[in-house]
Amino acid sequence: MTLMQEMNERALELGVPLGVHLDITYRCNERCVHCYLEHDDHGEMSTAEIKDVLDQLAEAGTFFLTLSGGEILMRRDFFEILEHARKLLFNVRLKTNGVMIGAEEARRIRALGVEQIQVSIYSHRAEIHDAITKLPGSLKRSVEAIRFLQQQGLKVTIANVLMTANSGDHAGVQALAKELGVTYALDPTITPKIDGDTSILDLRIPGAELNAVFHNPELVGNVEEFCAPPPPPGDDIMEGLPCSAGHTAAYITPYGDVFPCVQFPLPSGNVRRSKFTDIWQNSPQLLQVRSIRAKDLPVCSTCSHVGTCTRCPGLAYMEGNMRGPSTADCEKSFQRTGIPSANMLQKAGMAPMGPLIQIQVPIGSS
Amino acid sequence: MSQKYIGRSTAIAARLLGGEMMVMSAADSTFFTLNEVATVIWQAADGRTPLAEIIERSVCAQFDVEPALARADAEQFVEELAAHGILLVSDRPIGEAA
Repeated sequence: MTLMQEMNERALELGVPLGVHLDITYRCNERCVHCYLEHDDHGEMSTAEIKDVLDQLAEAGTFFLTLSGGEILMRRDFFEILEHARKLLFNVRLKTNGVMIGAEEARRIRALGVEQIQVSIYSHRAEIHDAITKLPGSLKRSVEAIRFLQQQGLKVTIANVLMTANSGDHAGVQALAKELGVTYALDPTITPKIDGDTSILDLRIPGAELNAVFHNPELVGNVEEFCAPPPPPGDDIMEGLPCSAGHTAAYITPYGDVFPCVQFPLPSGNVRRSKFTDIWQNSPQLLQVRSIRAKDLPVCSTCSHVGTCTRCPGLAYMEGNMRGPSTADCEKSFQRTGIPSANMLQKAGMAPMGPLIQIQVPIGSS
Repeated sequence: MSQKYIGRSTAIAARLLGGEMMVMSAADSTFFTLNEVATVIWQAADGRTPLAEIIERSVCAQFDVEPALARADAEQFVEELAAHGILLVSDRPIGEAA
C-alpha cells in the first residue's frame, strides 16, 4: 500500500473529506458542445463566502482542493481565492481552458505553489477544437497557455474528452502533449447535464470506437491486462465502497450547494445555510450514500464486472437510482472485456452470466 | 556551536490527519507523513525559534525521550526535509519563508 493509499484509508476511517472539488464559477468564455453546466450566473458565492468555505474545509481536514468551473479565470478575484487557498496550505489543482492564461498569470500560478493544472484540449486541429468550444482561436490560446505554464515548471495535464466530434483525433492530441512535454489523459465520458438533461449524451462515441480506444496500447498500456476478464469477486469486493464520493470526497457548486461529487448532483446541503462540517457529518443524503456497499446494488452485485467496473454512482443516480447500474460504465466494461454486464443481459431478457471460467480445485488435490 | 533555525517552505501543502502531518512538496510532488514527534517539530518551525529550543521545549517536554536522542533524530529529520526543499534551515532567524 502506498503512503497515499494509507492516507486515504485513514481519512475514510476518520470521516475526513480529504479531497474537495470547488467550482468557483459556472461562467465560461467557451461554450463547449458537451458541457454539463449552465453558464449564467445565478448568484455565485462572493469572495468572502468562498474564503470562509476554504477556512471551513481546512478545518475539516481537506488536503486536496480542486478549483474548477466554468472557467476559473472568469472570476476577477481568482488570484485572491487561490492565494487564500495556498495560505491555508491546500494541495491545489486547477482545471482551466487556459485561454486567459498568459506569461504573467502562469508566473503568478507558479509563485503560489499550485501542484497541477489540467487544460482541456479536444483536438490538435483548430477547426475541430474551436468548433467544440465555439470560441475561434481557442486552441491556439490554450496551447500557448500550456507553453507558459510549462516554462514555469508547472505540472500540466492535457485532458482530452472524447466525443463524436473529435473521436479520430486522440492520437493527434497525444502527440501534441508529447511535443509540449505534458501529461495526456483521455476521457471517453460524456455525462448528462447537471440539471438532468440527457440531450448531450448523443455525443458519446459509439461502442465500436470505445472498443478501439480500449484496445489501443498507446492509450491503455498493456491491452491484455487492461481488457482481461474480471476475476470472480470476493467478499472484500462485495463489502467494498462504490467510490470515494461522499466518503472522502465532496463537491461544492459556485452557489454553495454540496454534492457527493461533481458527477453526483445529489443535493446534500448548502454552505450558505449550514457549516460545511455539519453537512458533511449529518446530511441524510451523504449518510445514505455512505451506507451503500457493492453487495447492496441489486443488479451490479450479480454482475461479473462488479469488482473491476468503473461504475459511477453519480451517473447511476442521474439515470434514476443511485443503487442501479450506470449504463455508460456497463458499456465500458463490455467494450473492454467483451463480456456483457448483468444490466445488459437483464435488458436483453437473459439471466446474468457468471465468470466465463471458474475453476474449483477439488479438495485434497493440493 | 552556532544555533540552527528552521522554517517551513511556502511551496508545500500540509494538513494534520489523525495527529500526523501530511506534507507534499509542490515542486516535485514528494509526499511525506510525519509522525507525532516530527509533527511537533514541523509545527514549531517558525523560522525564529532555534531548533535546540524546539527540541527542549516541544519535543522533550511532550515526549518521553532522551535529549541526546531527540537531537539526533531531529537533526536527521530536518536534513531529510531540507533536502526536499520543504524545510528551510539557516544559522540565522528566517524572516519570510521562501
